[in-house]
Amino acid sequence: MTEITVRIGGQAGDGIASIGEAVARSFSRMGLHLFGLNAYQSVIRGGHVWFQARASDGRPYSPGDGSDILYALDRATVDIHSAGIRPGGTIVFDPEKFPLTASDVPAGVRALPVPTLEIARKYTSQSILQNAGGIGATAFLAGIPLDMLHGVLTDAYGRKAGDVVDWNLGASADGYTFAEKQSSPHAHALSKRGSPKLLMTGNQAIALGAAAAGCKFLAQYPMTPASTVMHWMAAHSHSLGIVVKQAEDELAAIHMAIGASFAGVRSMTATSGGGFALMTEGLGMAGMTETPLVVVEAQRAGPSTGLPTKTEQGDLNLMLGAGQGEFPRAILAPSNPAEAYRATVTAFDLAERWQTPILLASDFHLSESLMTVDRDEIDLNVPVPSLFTVVPNGHDYRRFQYTESGVSPRAFPGQPGLNFIAGSDEHDERGHLVSDIHAGIPLWISERRRMMEKRMKKLHGLAKDSPGPVFEGPADAPLTFVAWGSTVGAVRDAVALLREKGKSTNLLHFPTVYPLDPEVIRAAFSRTRQTLLVEANYSGQFGHLLRGEAGIELPDRLLKYDGEPFFPHEIVARALEVVI
Amino acid sequence: MADSTATPPTSAPLTQLPIVGKSEIRPTWCPGCGDFGVVAAVESSLKRLKIPSHNVVIVSGIGCSSNLPHFLSSYGFHGIHGRAIPLAEGIRWGNHGLTVIATGGDGDGFGIGAGHFIHAMRRNVDLTYVTMDNQVYGLTTGQASPTSTMGQKTKSTPTGVIENPLDPISLALASGATYVARGFSGDVKHLTDLVANGIAHKGFAFVDVFSPCVTYNKINTFDFFRQRVYKLESAGHNPNDIVAAWQRSLEWGDKIPIGLFYSVDRPSYEDLEEVLSAGPLVSQPAGLKGRDSLLDEFV
Repeated sequence: MTEITVRIGGQAGDGIASIGEAVARSFSRMGLHLFGLNAYQSVIRGGHVWFQARASDGRPYSPGDGSDILYALDRATVDIHSAGIRPGGTIVFDPEKFPLTASDVPAGVRALPVPTLEIARKYTSQSILQNAGGIGATAFLAGIPLDMLHGVLTDAYGRKAGDVVDWNLGASADGYTFAEKQSSPHAHALSKRGSPKLLMTGNQAIALGAAAAGCKFLAQYPMTPASTVMHWMAAHSHSLGIVVKQAEDELAAIHMAIGASFAGVRSMTATSGGGFALMTEGLGMAGMTETPLVVVEAQRAGPSTGLPTKTEQGDLNLMLGAGQGEFPRAILAPSNPAEAYRATVTAFDLAERWQTPILLASDFHLSESLMTVDRDEIDLNVPVPSLFTVVPNGHDYRRFQYTESGVSPRAFPGQPGLNFIAGSDEHDERGHLVSDIHAGIPLWISERRRMMEKRMKKLHGLAKDSPGPVFEGPADAPLTFVAWGSTVGAVRDAVALLREKGKSTNLLHFPTVYPLDPEVIRAAFSRTRQTLLVEANYSGQFGHLLRGEAGIELPDRLLKYDGEPFFPHEIVARALEVVI
Repeated sequence: MADSTATPPTSAPLTQLPIVGKSEIRPTWCPGCGDFGVVAAVESSLKRLKIPSHNVVIVSGIGCSSNLPHFLSSYGFHGIHGRAIPLAEGIRWGNHGLTVIATGGDGDGFGIGAGHFIHAMRRNVDLTYVTMDNQVYGLTTGQASPTSTMGQKTKSTPTGVIENPLDPISLALASGATYVARGFSGDVKHLTDLVANGIAHKGFAFVDVFSPCVTYNKINTFDFFRQRVYKLESAGHNPNDIVAAWQRSLEWGDKIPIGLFYSVDRPSYEDLEEVLSAGPLVSQPAGLKGRDSLLDEFV
């Protein structure tokens, strides 16, 4: 696998995200797979921001370890990132902005001074155009053909008024030509490899999956890193016929979504840990009233407000326990956009089939990273069956009828002859309260027990219908990594790195983190020799869950809670410690 | 699931289908509770407007008064404390062919749910919100509520309330409600007019009802209100005049106005939400079959 990694850094407000995306999109249009990491802080102007595109002729699942080309828009970028440049790499900078001396440049790395400001002045007095010259030089070094870059810039700036497109095309060509004269492409520069890939963030994949699954209503309150689910949906609201409601708070958001679902519309809400904490009572009401609902929980580093723009898998316990009392739920945990698309479709299917809330666990690293997807990994032709299946039957309709599976016939307001009350209080089959004049009276004590068991039975169905644990890699490997969610990506890359080192390892990951079928889990672990649990939280929450649900002990762990995603080399290093 | 012969909830013919009446569940309120008058007024309003029971959803939160949906034969959602309004909004946006009425008490609406109350009014969502305002927490056995009187002694304020009561009427006017009324459960006929006109009103209709708690509020009793209330309709009040409405909302003491304070025509949220112009969301096509060009934006 040949790979090349471009990193671009500067201050918030410098336009790093746009030029980073232009580089990423150039790679994906070349038919290369890539992982794009978006690293920023919780400020709008100032602060250090960087974007990294790791492109490969194979399939990278993580940001990787280090970079080959560093385009530094400020001095701080060199100070922070130069140590990560691999030998043979290049630093692109403008000496008019800051000087670099030989001691600033690591051994085996070149510095390429590019007059980006001077190039920009040829076209305009707006200094932001310097980025075009810088990106042109960077593209040359990375092996991106100029026409590929120009196509991307034209699409990005085509809608802007005046000469913006022409300036960008001219300045990027100047930067490209300058680099061509002064330097040569990186030894790992990649060439075009076929038809363009799709490039999307985890959140875009989730929004797309929801739309494909028939979601018609999204209510959400802004919170990083979940907000871009709402942004994509809002941008497509009119064309796709999806109502997008920015609510006054997360309490309202989840109740609006439950209300729309009660009315017969597939509905979703998305938030991060803090917002999800507010939603927990509503989540329980969806469970109690057996109202389907999909909730996206894009985790960020906690506790409390924590690190708003950094990643963590610290909310698993919250998701498992959210809401007072007990009710059936499932938690799906995709690791990349292709999986997130499919998991979202599955989440809607499970929610409707089992009439209960389904959680989709994402995190900053999945939600905001840009990754490539092959077109055939996204099947938009998802069946969206009618929900109106109950036919009036005299006066005997019982919304919460006791059934073998626990699932009862679901009617909707507007359907004649099926009127019922959805009750947050404990209720009988018709929805009438057990809680006030009946509670504690023998007949109703057993009624409560039956209704509780009816709901909880659905957990068995959920366990059966949810995707089970997956093995990847050689079956007889002496070491098995155990991971869930976005962490799976870096583990996949670590398995590949270890293979190159002649070390055989495999991966056991969990697209569904709850419910877990103990028999299935024990069977999976019976095939492992030694294990290493890799989780982005302090206490190993998933490890505790495996112990509680299936009695599986995972003594060796690699836990990370510094806000950064896992990098493959960290996993490799720990694996080598464990297997020795 | 296969396609079925079940009826999707769209505009079914309105004739010959049952109108909302009493359900088989009898109210569990204390004898003499003000809420009996409110449920009677809601039932009479729906009968007067001849809205079939399957097209009505009554939504509530938690509290004595929030049990109301169980006592009528419509669809209902008895939700959690303070969240009746966002639930009702979601139901409206899921199917705006439905008549949605949110009900609840003063604690539910003006305490724990106050944030939602304000925002639903500025949105002008087309639903009717009827609060049974008894100025006390009843179901939790008598604590102070946001509308309890200054100095009122309750279990949580044994030496008297030291907070100013919230005025729902002026709060509704400030929040942009397009129909603001106050009724008294001791005058069901007048209350029925207010509720029925509120349901017929396009936009957010708010009806705050003096609905005395006969068990825990010994100050704001039926007699207290009977001696004080007067009807705005008989006092020459112009309900299209917001300044006059403000002035009337400030009246409290020996004379307390009931009736329609303010009404104005303004587009509802559902009118302005473009997606809903294609009909109730519940009847619109869903999914992305055949929309493969949507993927082009990711190239």
